[in-house]
Amino acid sequence: MQDLGISVLFQGKNFIRLLEGLWITVRISLISVAISILLGIILGMIMTSKNPIIKAITKAYLEFVRIMPQLVLLFLVYFGVTKAFGIHLSGELSAIIVFSVWGTAEMGDLVRGALESIPKHQYESGKAIGLTKLQIFGYIIIPQTVRRLVPLAINLVTRMIKTTSLIALIGVVEVVKVGQQIIEASRLSVPSAALWIYGVIFFLYFIVCYPISLLAAKLEKAWKD
Amino acid sequence: MSKRETLLEIKHLQKNYDDLQVLKDISLDVHKGEVVVIIGPSGCGKSTLLRCINGLEKIQGGEIILNGETISNRTKDMHLVRQKIGMVFQSYDLFPHMTILNNILLGPMKSQRRDRSEVTKEAEELLKRVGLLDKRDAYPRQLSGGQKQRVAIVRALCMHPEIMLFDEVTAALDPEMVREVLDVMLELAKEGSTMVIVTHEMSFARAVADRIIFMDKGEIVEESDPETFFTNPKTDRAKKFLNIFAFDTIKGV
Amino acid sequence: MDIEFIQKYTPLYIEAGELTLRIALIGIVGSIIVGLLCSLIRYYQIPILRRITGLYIELSRNTPLLIQLFFLYFGLPKAGIVLSSETCAIVGLIFLGGSYMSEAFRSGLEAVNSSQIEAGLSLGLTRYQVVRYVLLPQAISVSVPAFAANVIFLIKETSVFSAVALADLMYVAKDLIGLYYQTNEALLMLVIAYLIILLPISIVFSFIERKLRYAGFGN
Repeated sequence: MQDLGISVLFQGKNFIRLLEGLWITVRISLISVAISILLGIILGMIMTSKNPIIKAITKAYLEFVRIMPQLVLLFLVYFGVTKAFGIHLSGELSAIIVFSVWGTAEMGDLVRGALESIPKHQYESGKAIGLTKLQIFGYIIIPQTVRRLVPLAINLVTRMIKTTSLIALIGVVEVVKVGQQIIEASRLSVPSAALWIYGVIFFLYFIVCYPISLLAAKLEKAWKD
Repeated sequence: MSKRETLLEIKHLQKNYDDLQVLKDISLDVHKGEVVVIIGPSGCGKSTLLRCINGLEKIQGGEIILNGETISNRTKDMHLVRQKIGMVFQSYDLFPHMTILNNILLGPMKSQRRDRSEVTKEAEELLKRVGLLDKRDAYPRQLSGGQKQRVAIVRALCMHPEIMLFDEVTAALDPEMVREVLDVMLELAKEGSTMVIVTHEMSFARAVADRIIFMDKGEIVEESDPETFFTNPKTDRAKKFLNIFAFDTIKGV
Repeated sequence: MDIEFIQKYTPLYIEAGELTLRIALIGIVGSIIVGLLCSLIRYYQIPILRRITGLYIELSRNTPLLIQLFFLYFGLPKAGIVLSSETCAIVGLIFLGGSYMSEAFRSGLEAVNSSQIEAGLSLGLTRYQVVRYVLLPQAISVSVPAFAANVIFLIKETSVFSAVALADLMYVAKDLIGLYYQTNEALLMLVIAYLIILLPISIVFSFIERKLRYAGFGN
């Protein structure tokens, strides 16, 4: 009976479809992270401002995105925006929007933290050897900030990949949804498919995320100040 | 001079870190009421020697005997042995989550099961003697380095140890605070405590020691009384070491 | 904004919120126990067990809760093990939470300087006494920020329970949207429900973190 179960993987194009679904997952995460890094750097610089209004708005934005479960945010965008503005957003687009908003908030906070933690004397030493403000920024500040950011950005990628599993719940055909479809289609032919499909998807996520986390850990160690 | 009883015997002590021999063949006796000061260049093994005495390091050869009892490489009841040996570290290591008083009370109360009021009285007496009674309810982070080190000494003393080990206790202190700690140690020496002190403070060593042990590269190179050692060292290595502390003027006469 | 609708369905949200909190609480407590055990195993580097916990931690941190739940709820029955939605939710949460808590506690343990342990031993305290009076109090206070983050993280993760037929907040919201098309009201109540649950917890933890900060450990 168990042999019958695992055979579902080799039927038709099932496994290929799973991999295609996995690719959609990874693609959404990568696009979102790229947007998050760009917008996050801008947001981070904005957040170092002393203006109380800016501080209040950015803080509220940060806290809201931090506290709300991602699924709630997905619902808000997917169902709420459709209702409010009449445009129908695809599940995939909703996911990219939500993840970018989430990622930008996190990256922004990291960038702000990194910028604020660079000791003042770094700016002062730069001035002491006669660099302009722009040069100080470009040669001294940015490289150090990047070192702190990259491992954390990579860590964000893994978290996004895991969170994309949620978009199956708003109908996007990514790896989990493909799995559900396969299980449904094989209901009569391979009744124990659920066990094997979900088991395989579990390991697919692991195979994708684990190397990335190892990379982040390695970089963090190698670049420790 | 009356013959004093031997408190601590170290016989042919050997200690390795992997393949490196850190202590080669150390033999040393410490008598009751004696102050032995160990000096030497960095890496000569003096701190390691203290840590071996206290069982914080395992030894690969030789024996350490306290009051006639072998204490080296013990697996059982080492904590009972450590109650008889007081140790003060360079990094003082007061417990940051406890007040000064509780730092001092922890050992006697939990380990020796003494009565709280009795230990508190003694702790306060000792704090008063080192001038820190007003800090009894403060936290370590509120004290300066010199104050913390004095508390560390009191903490060790409250356990009524038979011998006190001091591992470069002033090395991490700002110069102004070094004196207050050394003064406490001088007091202890005057009262007849048995002490083994590792230090870089040469004039202090000269003032407090009954015996100077000079170590280099894991061996005892020279052993004598302070006057002889500092004015007329016998070995070349000792002479070289002491020269480090003398500066010729660069401005010629 | 249909106020009547909101008033009518608030009790439903409250009930769902209570369910969410109840399961979250059990899951968090379970995670703490599993986490403590794993962190001590890894800190003391107990052979064999150390590898097993290491594997467990990597597996649980690199896979989404949703898949873990689907496997438990849809997959296991095919192998003859049938668990209720609630049991699946709790098991899944503990499986995920245990590894996060373990890392939080382990970083706390490792943050305590070994010289503190030596100082404790030098006073003649037994190993057990050193762990109890010197190591653990310091380790716990270092772990608080990570611990707090984990608690909030786990409560947020409970939002996937609707996928295994648990009548939690997301389930209620989705239902109301599907049945009555009162999307705005349903979503508003959803957001408010989570704010009510998580905002106070977040504030309390920030407060605790600030209280427990001492400058410098060991020295």
